[in-house]
Amino acid sequence: MTEKSNQHQERVGVYVCHCGTNIAGVVDVADVAAWAGENNKNVVISRDYKFMCSSLGQDLVEADIREQGLTRVVVAACSPHMHEKTFRGACERAGLNPFLFEMANIREHDSWATNDKVAATQKAKALVNAAIDRVVYNQPLEKIPVEINPNTLIVGGGIAGITAALELADGGNHVYLVEREPSIGGHMAQLDKTFPTLDCSACILTPKMVEAGQHPNITLLAYSEVENVDGYVGNFTVEVRKKARYVKEELCTGCGICEEKCPMKVVDDVFEAGLGYRKVIYLPFPQAVPKYPVIDKENCTYFLRGKCKACQIFCPTEAIDFEQEDEIIKFQVGNIIVATGYDLFDASRISQYGYGRLANVFSSLEFERMVNAAGPTDGNIVLRDGITKPKSVAIIHCVGSRDKNYHEYCSKVCCMYSLKFSHLVHERLPDADVYEFYIDMRTPGKGYEEFYHRLLEEGTHFIRGRVAEVTDAARMPGEEGKLIVQAEDTLIGKQRRIPVDMVILSAGLEARHDAKEVSQLFKMGCDFDGFFTERHPKLDPVATMTEGIFIAGACQGPKDIPDSVAQGAAAAARVASLINQGTVMMEPIRAYINEDLCSGCRICNNMCPYNAIVFHEDRDVSEVITALCQGCGTCVAACPSGIISGAHFTNDQVCSQIEGVLWDVREVVG
Amino acid sequence: MTDTHNQFEPVIVGFLCNWCSYRAADLAGTARIKYEPNMRPIRVMCSGRVDPQFVLKALREGADGVLVAGCHPGECHYVNGNIKAQRRFILLRRMLRQLGVEDERVQLVWASASEGNVLAAKVDEMTAQVRALGPLNWGKTVLGENGNGEHPAAENIPAAEEVANV
Repeated sequence: MTEKSNQHQERVGVYVCHCGTNIAGVVDVADVAAWAGENNKNVVISRDYKFMCSSLGQDLVEADIREQGLTRVVVAACSPHMHEKTFRGACERAGLNPFLFEMANIREHDSWATNDKVAATQKAKALVNAAIDRVVYNQPLEKIPVEINPNTLIVGGGIAGITAALELADGGNHVYLVEREPSIGGHMAQLDKTFPTLDCSACILTPKMVEAGQHPNITLLAYSEVENVDGYVGNFTVEVRKKARYVKEELCTGCGICEEKCPMKVVDDVFEAGLGYRKVIYLPFPQAVPKYPVIDKENCTYFLRGKCKACQIFCPTEAIDFEQEDEIIKFQVGNIIVATGYDLFDASRISQYGYGRLANVFSSLEFERMVNAAGPTDGNIVLRDGITKPKSVAIIHCVGSRDKNYHEYCSKVCCMYSLKFSHLVHERLPDADVYEFYIDMRTPGKGYEEFYHRLLEEGTHFIRGRVAEVTDAARMPGEEGKLIVQAEDTLIGKQRRIPVDMVILSAGLEARHDAKEVSQLFKMGCDFDGFFTERHPKLDPVATMTEGIFIAGACQGPKDIPDSVAQGAAAAARVASLINQGTVMMEPIRAYINEDLCSGCRICNNMCPYNAIVFHEDRDVSEVITALCQGCGTCVAACPSGIISGAHFTNDQVCSQIEGVLWDVREVVG
Repeated sequence: MTDTHNQFEPVIVGFLCNWCSYRAADLAGTARIKYEPNMRPIRVMCSGRVDPQFVLKALREGADGVLVAGCHPGECHYVNGNIKAQRRFILLRRMLRQLGVEDERVQLVWASASEGNVLAAKVDEMTAQVRALGPLNWGKTVLGENGNGEHPAAENIPAAEEVANV
């Protein structure tokens, strides 16, 4: 590490923001500004101002740069993640290179984090002083232009992904839509009705699926998974594994004869939620897009025992190909939208509710399939025996949600779909009693509260209280042969036992089981619950921390259909904006090796997670490939000769910041 | 925080990575979580950028403790910079231990962008620990009374001066 060789003399302007009372209420901003002006010899102007981010505040900076000839600027205000861009812009407008600016975070990291005014002011001085000492060593940098490939990868063909794909494709951009299952459609394809309008889910979804399947600008890669992603915004290289269907898509007409002739039936755990059966060569559902069937290799008689081939024998176009293999498809895209959706909470994890143990306890997805006219029971609401109609139904809310043992968050959709279930039971079984056990009724949304009122009038019994147990152990007359739901009715303050024929568990939404791996694949963040982390929860909900990677739908957090659609379209708009810009400017934070001084030890080579450092055998030196470097600085820290410099985070810059932050305690020893 | 300003208040330098822990500190502030004001953050792009010499420099020049904070393993914005930070950290701490610097003074924490509470709790915990230990006083602790390396623990560390002088 080089000690600072020469003491720079710069003309620094310091601006301490009040942020109304957000900062000034705790930090003595006038004192900090005055102190900075007196104590740091590089400071020529030091001001405090009500709102630095206002146009007047920015004008102040611009005027001082022009009139006072400032060569460096420090603004002590909020987090650089909030306003660094704002003030860099002000510097740039006044003709100062934007990287000669530094921000001291005295709001989030100081005034908001303590009530101790004295300590907060002391800390603010340290942060401001550090920024001044650092900015003196800042170097002018130029942003790096990056061209945006106009193609987009969308991962997940649920309603969010389909919406995003159609928006972009309609705008004339090419989209690769990758879906893990044999058909696009996602969870929405499994639903019967949608709340609160009671639209038939398939009726509103399938036109969009067909459009996505036929769109000239959409390459649909169903039954495929993304294996690898390399590159950066504008220039991602993607590898997709297209799993073998054992059906030649170019020959298949989707006539369905193969499915008809296949002699093997298995339980359909995916689409029918285990409630129905499917053939081993199958189309997941009649409206599937693409319309090609797929052979389930695990259960196929031919693959297991080497004979059968019924599908091949009967296929009129000879489309069955048992020799087909997985295919790796490689292509380039500029942006990626991840819309991988959610998993339904596995209700069997809450053993006291009896799912998987008591026959007539159903999960919400099972009930969705049951009430669907195209489902395994043709839309009849029946008990597990397949014939008996229940005379009473209990619907239990918040299964796996709002529960410290499982998920603390509210899954947002369960109240509404539970109300929808009540309505459907009333509609199909007018004589049946329906009980809804809820903690709080959460119906925020257009027409949602009105739907709740409709159900109140339809005669659903609402019981406010978390259910303790569902049991088949009868204790009182009238309970024999029934499922007894035990709960505290918190409105009347009494324990109640309600005997019913059928129990539906309104399971919550949780992150996909493989969300962690997916987040690593796309280099996104993942929160504690496994939902992907947005750039900003309020202002940037569809962008991620990684440029060029966007998220939409329930993979970001529990969401209903309109919210998922909105996010899908929002993500598409963000991508379209980048495509229209054609070129984006990237932060010039990159590592550079001084080849004259490099000893060729190659320690840095293995440090780089992006393989951006190459070794030149002939000259015995390493070099950073700027286009691949992401600027983490790991190599900079590792270089034993200290000759790799990390732009905007050089040793000089960080060291002077360390010295500056220790202004009140600093003594140089040793 | 203290209402008496007589007791020893340690100064802790925090190296926070841009993507997770710096944002965790931002979130702690936004959520108005109150924690000890003793940690003074310095932003680095990745915890992997934290050169062990930054830590030594801070301790040598007046800090009583150093906190390095990064993304959780597997969540690093730069794939695995945090793991490299961890490797260096383990070696660094072993060295500092030989120099007589207590483990509590140099700590590593993982805090994701959504874990403002984790970061705040860590700062509180570390501040209390370092406050209990008292000032580091690098000159005495590491270099001995006269700054000539004749410290009781100095026989173990013939290279103390070199280390301090890098």
